[in-house]
Amino acid sequence: MTLPIAADAASEALSDAVVRLDDVGVRYRMAIDKGLSLKELVVRRQRRRVADYEALRGVDLEIRRGETIGIIGSNGAGKTTLLRLIARVLSPTSGRIRIRGTVAPLIDLFGVLHHELTGRENAYLTGALLGLRRREMRDRIDSIADFAGIGDFFDAPLRTYSAGMMVRLAFATATSVDADILLIDEALSVGDAMFQRKSGARIDGFRRAGMTCVVVSHDVRRLAEMCDRIVWLDHGRVVEVGESARIVQNYLASSAG
Amino acid sequence: MLTAAEYDSAARPPRALEELLDVASNGQLLLALVGRNVKVRYKRSVFGVAWTMAQPATMLLVLTVIFSHAFAPRASSYALYLAPGLILWHFFAQTTSLVIGEVATGAELWRRVRMPKTALAIATTCSNLLNLSLATIPLLLLLVIAHVRLGLPLLTIPLTAIITAAFALGLGLLIAAVAIYFPDAADLYQMLLIPWMFITPVIYPQNILPPRVSQLVSLNPMALFVDAFRGPMYDNSASSLANFGIMFAIAFATLLTGWLVFTHCADDIAYRG
Repeated sequence: MTLPIAADAASEALSDAVVRLDDVGVRYRMAIDKGLSLKELVVRRQRRRVADYEALRGVDLEIRRGETIGIIGSNGAGKTTLLRLIARVLSPTSGRIRIRGTVAPLIDLFGVLHHELTGRENAYLTGALLGLRRREMRDRIDSIADFAGIGDFFDAPLRTYSAGMMVRLAFATATSVDADILLIDEALSVGDAMFQRKSGARIDGFRRAGMTCVVVSHDVRRLAEMCDRIVWLDHGRVVEVGESARIVQNYLASSAG
Repeated sequence: MLTAAEYDSAARPPRALEELLDVASNGQLLLALVGRNVKVRYKRSVFGVAWTMAQPATMLLVLTVIFSHAFAPRASSYALYLAPGLILWHFFAQTTSLVIGEVATGAELWRRVRMPKTALAIATTCSNLLNLSLATIPLLLLLVIAHVRLGLPLLTIPLTAIITAAFALGLGLLIAAVAIYFPDAADLYQMLLIPWMFITPVIYPQNILPPRVSQLVSLNPMALFVDAFRGPMYDNSASSLANFGIMFAIAFATLLTGWLVFTHCADDIAYRG
């Protein structure tokens, strides 16, 4: 599954890190008053009122090649923001992030694709969004259908799907992409027990094959099982990074107290 | 899309250039998105092609019935004048509106996966160009049946369509950029479309206007586009080279402005809750 990563002199600074964050901060701008409109600006000459919200502050982090790293923290700690930085859908407002290798976001894209199109057509579209050529996708489509295990629904419009079926299709499609770094959001941990085992087994396969995985989840016990290291975030700051069992223990102790 | 093998947030190229490179290297994504638009429009709809023609056709019928006596001696010649302009106006209005809408829905998508932020807008413009061709072909058939004199000026029609598309895409991106900060910009634009159509000689011939008003109307770029599109189909005339030069300059300037402003602002979408 992994692509070879060329080692050249210029990237020596990264050593064996595939992702490196140096003093990264992300600041969101939130509009305070909801009725923010051109009309008000023109008619009342009202200034827009915005508040800054720091989702991440001074984050230093190194993700090493081939490791599975988990991100934990309470709601609003900055987990998703960190994942978005690595997915490059967001750039840091301060600091610097460097990434070596291709990144595949394993996230539910189906909610935003077309409900009138079939699972197959949506899978092709997802493939295109993830950068696959149509030919590459054709080679994978049977194994996607097979892994999703949704039978004849694969050729039925998406609107006829249950939530579980959509997740299975999304997972099957997203994991068919070859990438060096896989981003996994907890949203995908739904599905029945059998599919959870199946998807867990596939992710284990990726890890054994040397793929780097970044996992966000609230299920800390499961994270402790699958991750080599865990990052504990709180209010946008890194509290602790280290060996899974220890971090989970500290995290649970702090939230109990 | 899969991201490039090496990325450094401290060494990003200028946004407008970065976006252009992203689009250029993602041809297969654009194709897939155009395919999606076409499929959604034609394959899944009960009425298919007929349905997309319904709105301009209804407008054409109603306007012909009501205005043919006011502007032309015979209803048939008025319909022939009206149809091409109406089709092009419909194309322009729909493309700009859809481009603005795509940016709003696209935001959900590019919070999740890195993709060129203009991809949805470009794909929509392309699939709308396809729709315009599909609407023009039956019109040409009607013209042949009605024994309208047609000739070489017809060759300028695709050019006019493409220039209008570039103008629509640029304007759509520009308004979409404003709508990132002020969501009501999109509604405001919808409101302006109606008077804009009336200051464009679509449903009336420009020569019925008093000279001073007519001069003002000529400042409206859509008057040029509509004229250039209608000429070959109405009186077998092509717009002058000078007019095409002006049209091209307007479309290019609009697209460039829209592109620069939109790519400059688009990153901000991600920072809004």
